[in-house]
Amino acid sequence: MNDYLWLIPFFPLLGFLINGLLGRNFSEKMVGIIGAGAIFLSFVTTLLTFKELLTLEPEHRIFIQKLYTWMATGNFSVDVAFRFDALSAVMTLVVTGVGFLIHVYSIGYMHGDRGFFRYFAFLNLFTFAMLLLVLGNNFLILFLGWEGVGLCSYLLIGFWYEKIDYANAGMKAFIVNRIGDFGFLLGMFLIFKHFGSLDFDQVFSNAAAVPPGVITAITLLLFVGATGKSAQIPLYVWLPDAMAGPTPVSALIHAATMVTAGVYMVSRASALYILSPLALSVVAVIGVATALFAATMAITSQDIKKVLAYSTISQLGYMFLAAGVGAFSAAIFHLMTHAFFKALLFLGAGSVMHALSNETNLMKMGGLRKHLPITFWTFLVGGLAISGIPGFSGFFSKDEILWKAFSSPFGSPVLWGVGAVAAGITAFYIFRMIYLAFYGESRVDPEVALHIHESPKVMTVPLMVLAVLSIIGGYVGIPHVYMGLEHFLEPVFEPASVAMAAGAAGHASASTEFTLMGISVVIALAGIYLAYQLYVMNPEKPRQLAQSMHGLYTLLFNKYYVDEIYQAVFVKPFVNLSNVFFWRFFDVKIIDGIVNGVARIFGNIAAGLRRMQTGIVQMYALSLMLGAIIIFGYFILR
Amino acid sequence: MSDFPFLTTITALPALGALGLLFFPKTAEKGQKLFALLVTLATFIVSVPIYFNFDPSTPAFQFVEQYSWIEVLGASYHVGIDGISLFMVLLTTFLAPLIILSSWTAIRKSVKGFLISMLLLETGMLGVFVSLDLLLFYVFWEAMLIPMYFIIGIWGGERRIYAAIKFFIYTMVGSLLMMVALIVMYLYVGRETGTYTFDYLVFREYLLPAGIQTWLFLAFGLSFAIKVPIFPFHTWLPDAHVEAPTAGSVVLAGVLLKMGTYGFLRFCLPLFPNASVQFAPLIMILAVIGILYGAWVAMVQPDIKKLVAYSSVSHLGFVMLGIFTFTHQGMQGGLIQMVNHGLSTGALFLIVGMIYERRHTRLIAEFGGLARQLPIFATFFMIVTLSSIGLPGLNGFIGEFLVLLGAFQTNQILTAFAASGVIFAAVYMLWMFRRVMFGPITREENKSLADLNLREVVVLIPIIVFIVWIGVWAQPFLGKMEASVDHLIRLVDAKKTAVLQMNDQHMWARGDK
Repeated sequence: MNDYLWLIPFFPLLGFLINGLLGRNFSEKMVGIIGAGAIFLSFVTTLLTFKELLTLEPEHRIFIQKLYTWMATGNFSVDVAFRFDALSAVMTLVVTGVGFLIHVYSIGYMHGDRGFFRYFAFLNLFTFAMLLLVLGNNFLILFLGWEGVGLCSYLLIGFWYEKIDYANAGMKAFIVNRIGDFGFLLGMFLIFKHFGSLDFDQVFSNAAAVPPGVITAITLLLFVGATGKSAQIPLYVWLPDAMAGPTPVSALIHAATMVTAGVYMVSRASALYILSPLALSVVAVIGVATALFAATMAITSQDIKKVLAYSTISQLGYMFLAAGVGAFSAAIFHLMTHAFFKALLFLGAGSVMHALSNETNLMKMGGLRKHLPITFWTFLVGGLAISGIPGFSGFFSKDEILWKAFSSPFGSPVLWGVGAVAAGITAFYIFRMIYLAFYGESRVDPEVALHIHESPKVMTVPLMVLAVLSIIGGYVGIPHVYMGLEHFLEPVFEPASVAMAAGAAGHASASTEFTLMGISVVIALAGIYLAYQLYVMNPEKPRQLAQSMHGLYTLLFNKYYVDEIYQAVFVKPFVNLSNVFFWRFFDVKIIDGIVNGVARIFGNIAAGLRRMQTGIVQMYALSLMLGAIIIFGYFILR
Repeated sequence: MSDFPFLTTITALPALGALGLLFFPKTAEKGQKLFALLVTLATFIVSVPIYFNFDPSTPAFQFVEQYSWIEVLGASYHVGIDGISLFMVLLTTFLAPLIILSSWTAIRKSVKGFLISMLLLETGMLGVFVSLDLLLFYVFWEAMLIPMYFIIGIWGGERRIYAAIKFFIYTMVGSLLMMVALIVMYLYVGRETGTYTFDYLVFREYLLPAGIQTWLFLAFGLSFAIKVPIFPFHTWLPDAHVEAPTAGSVVLAGVLLKMGTYGFLRFCLPLFPNASVQFAPLIMILAVIGILYGAWVAMVQPDIKKLVAYSSVSHLGFVMLGIFTFTHQGMQGGLIQMVNHGLSTGALFLIVGMIYERRHTRLIAEFGGLARQLPIFATFFMIVTLSSIGLPGLNGFIGEFLVLLGAFQTNQILTAFAASGVIFAAVYMLWMFRRVMFGPITREENKSLADLNLREVVVLIPIIVFIVWIGVWAQPFLGKMEASVDHLIRLVDAKKTAVLQMNDQHMWARGDK
């Protein structure tokens, strides 16, 4: 049994407390060592725990550590308890491993920022929350981490809070996520109502006993949460704006880890999802639609980070596609490889920005290949990986997803087709970005051009490590290899794999698999070739194309006007209604009007009565007389 | 130790302190403040053992003291607490020293009168929570009103007279109805049983016929509803808050609003169970309207204090929703939410007060970019803001989550509406925070503001400690309430059934004739 599991999230928490409370007085070096060191310790602990886990039989690979009872009332009780099984292990390794590299990189990237200690405190807090999320043994601890990472995302997007747009972007991220969390909450209430518990084991082992309609409702509500956190249609709008944060934050939070939380949650609840074909279809369709939709928006973006942001949304769509066809291990596999290559791409973009005085506009780059060799080569590796070129990690995981989308009993050729098209677009926009940034003539502003320099070692070494991972990371997923990822995850996704096996029809032959793989590779290569033709061979062509297809270009360039539509349909009317009707009319005029009206009536009556007290003694005598006469009269005439 | 009259001591100490203040020379303001602080601190220290000695395994009243008072009327001095009043008492004694400390420099005119009012108010509030005799309760209930009226009316802002009178009339209307109901109930039960008494425990055991319950529930309920305040009886609150001095707002939000919800738990539910169940759907709907309406109106307020005031309407809506679910989660969630609201909203008013002392305005538009100038202030403000919007890991989440969890077992649609309140809470709080704290500093006056001083930090830290504590480990709090809440739920159910049977028999008897 393992009793030091709690240390994994504890180290980052400690780092947060030390840097957060005292960091103001520390040197940058000290803050960096504490910040990155905390994650390193956490990573080492994870490795040790992982090693211990592997010594167990596959079906017993699970550690559970209960710390204390968080809250209990009536028949409801929730513990602060951690769970380390195959799924948590993969997630924890990714979070602490990639997290550590990004912490190290940040030491160089954030050098000289006046909020240096604050940055590292937030980054540690984020890691702590993320670890709670993946290690929690019940839905509520997961939710605690879920909202915790959301908070850190808010704090780090708006890290440079003096820029109003950045502060707004942070706020938007939090609020849009809250809309998703609303669904998550209702999902949990429904789980408790029918299962009487929020513990994973309790819920998943009794899933079959609950009516299918309820399971569908639960899974769909939880998925609403996932669309918020993992930036899927219709709640993806916060992620592009989230690029306002420092670039390593974009790499860690808005690419490698936090945004994958939705995928993790759906996979964690695979035992529920697999029981609801309807919910699975919704997940798959939303996933593949997002994959395509976001990819199209990346085509016209001129901001290097925004291209990567849309690409993240799109790649997350692939993960949901995998989950939606029941291939949860493929989803987690892609989650892992994506963490490597997307972190690499973001950090590479950060390195470019570092060299160009924070320039993010691709139109003001070009020809950087010569000046930034390490950045270029590692970036290229990331680009090849995400494009799904054979030999690189993304190929294995993306191919696995597309194959499952085709062959799974919950899949269909249409899902495969859309996914394959999106993969072609991905290869295109990624290489468009690479060509615009690193090839061709330099379009860099002259005064910026004077300072172009390759980044320091503290930044380039993480790039190189991630580049290596982006290549070899795919080989753990090759089926039938010893300790293949799918095999390793098997016990966690058992109900799903049983259902998949039961529904597997005969059409999944190896020859089909290789044919489809061939097609998707050709599509990817075609995308790269097209980008090469347009942005290297004929750099004038894109502008002409944009002019000839003006309507489509404007639509894409303005991101389908979704932000504007949301603003006009939801935000503005709502604020106006609250202001003009609820407050100024209903509260002030109606309710207070009645209250003050009643008071005024009494006031008027009293003012009328007051006139009787005139102070003229004769009047009093007269009324006395009249009163006496009336009373006497009454008694006499009665 | 258990024989020590804890409740009488803590209730009397502040009043004795007020008496002591009379002997201070008018000009010795520093001494007066120090003395008042010591008195409230002593009261708090005496109240701490109550928590530790409180036996969580029994729903019975503890620390009970009873002495004869007005024997002719059957009224006695009878005090005691259970799991429902325990944290109300502790919250009151906990906040009092912080409130005195917070008004150290803010109150300038007639300091002595202010301190006396505050101390008397504390006695009144504690008296309400510990009373087990209805006449005693009513006396404290009314006594509380007077110092509060003065605090708003004398040390308040520009429109203080309007606000004070509005506050007074609103609550007076309620109290009068309650008094009439109280007398009716006293006479009815006295006539039926032959013993005229104001003892709470007697009423709690007595089965009132359903018809009478309805009227009594309405009278008591309206009085409490105004205090809570439940929509649509809330319009006194924004005015009272805006005009009250910081200390007044903190007491109002921290403790006085809890009087209403406490009243429902202590009186309406156990004494009029049939009526409570009958009116529950209506109250739950009003509660949910309050949650949403409060949030929406809060969103568009130009004045921070008014925003926080409307947010109270929203938060208290959660409490009411929880109470009328008649589930463990809902009620305990409601109770913990009462504590949470006292802490978070209390802290928010303190924070608004601190910035008001510096800038003499509370208009959101007057600020912007303060985070850079006031980093310590920004940190505290952020934590309290997050607590207020119910971030998991902080106290607010525990209350809201349990309330909604309980409500969901009763009515799913209504709960869905209520749960959407978590979105709007994020909207109005974060939007306000962004406009006040983030962005560039646009006004010259804001460039030279001083960050929090030691006294202000000392005021806020204890609150933050509990905000985090309840958030990460709620069990020490929930555990102490469990038995009493459980008992209350059973009592309501049992009495309700018994009254219905009684009605049936009554009808049978009539049918025989």
